[in-house]
Amino acid sequence: MNAPPIPEAPRKLRVATVSLAGCFGCHMSLLDIDERLFELIERVEFDRSPLTDIKTVGERGQCDIGLVEGGLCNAENVEVLRAFRAHCTVLVAVGACAITGGLPALRNHLDVGDILQSVYGEVPDDPELPLPLNRVLPIHEVVHIDHALPGCPPPADAFWQLLQDLIAGRTPVPAPGLIRYD
Amino acid sequence: MSAVDPTFDLDGQPIALQPGDTILTAAARAGHEVPHLCWSAEVSASASCRLCTVLADGRPVAACVTPAVAGQKVECRTALLATQRLRLLQMLFVEGNHFCPGCEKSGHCLLQVQAERAGMTDLNFEVLNPERPVDASHPDVLFEPNRCILCQLCVRASEEIDGKRVFAIGGHGIATRLVIDSASGRLGDSALSVDDRAAHICPVGALLPKRVGFAVPIGRRRFDTGDTRG
Repeated sequence: MNAPPIPEAPRKLRVATVSLAGCFGCHMSLLDIDERLFELIERVEFDRSPLTDIKTVGERGQCDIGLVEGGLCNAENVEVLRAFRAHCTVLVAVGACAITGGLPALRNHLDVGDILQSVYGEVPDDPELPLPLNRVLPIHEVVHIDHALPGCPPPADAFWQLLQDLIAGRTPVPAPGLIRYD
Repeated sequence: MSAVDPTFDLDGQPIALQPGDTILTAAARAGHEVPHLCWSAEVSASASCRLCTVLADGRPVAACVTPAVAGQKVECRTALLATQRLRLLQMLFVEGNHFCPGCEKSGHCLLQVQAERAGMTDLNFEVLNPERPVDASHPDVLFEPNRCILCQLCVRASEEIDGKRVFAIGGHGIATRLVIDSASGRLGDSALSVDDRAAHICPVGALLPKRVGFAVPIGRRRFDTGDTRG
């Protein structure tokens, strides 16, 4: 008999995530979607992320979504952010740090040399270590961002709504209660 | 009373007028909030924040100082005004250091709630990161000038309610700042008392009574809603 063809499963979206000058709290809030993670993993696969062992963003192909937590505090942050921009079709600034610099940007009224001197005495100078920037920057000052998810951290439901919107091909517009800055 | 009370039209709703009404006060009495930051019923209007800009017969005006006129067609909720309000709020955010996660006014802050209501998710502009020194010289009141939005509510409250004139606006352009009437320029040497209205009228986290921060649980703060996680 002519059985109807089995519909092709939709291609999984490729999602990369990273923490720059972040505290990993935004990633924890993403994990706070709890059992919805099982539903999510049916629709996405993760590229470079603190949750995977992939070392370089985009080495397995272009990513559909990049979630960036944290602002920019050192040279390595800038290099990684540019790689994310180059390899992610949609780049999302996640959390207060990525959007505004966040509480780490409170160091911006101090001299970065003075800070290192007062913390370390003898400042580490191995070239393995990335040099700090003189100011902590929000990521939109270095690359174009497509969306932002405010909050410190954003509520789990805000992550869920953003991912559902992007998976469905909709422009993410957070529900009013999900826009939080604290 | 006349047979028909005079009204004007606000986004299609008739709003009753009383003598002396501005567009904002008439709308507020009828239960319609025109977004605002620098306006308070307690003091005179200053029209500095421009958040209450509406279209009165097509012309943009500040609703807090524009007299309401019978028969006028006023538009408050248009897509263009919403975008303008969002940009104004983003400008205020990048002009100061509004790090809400560490601010004890979070949840009680008018700037914050207006931005949330305007749907602000990002800053759009480059941050300015001002470096104005905090003034903690007063025993009971803290002044964090990097959060001040120059609404002048404290200026007017000190003059009109407290009869003191502790505050004024000084400087020009982006260097404009709140100045304090004391020989040292510091709050601790001024006539300000924590019992003054001026010490409590600040809509943001710039002027804060000391030792009362973070006392209200998240979920029960002034602007928390049912959605606010506790």
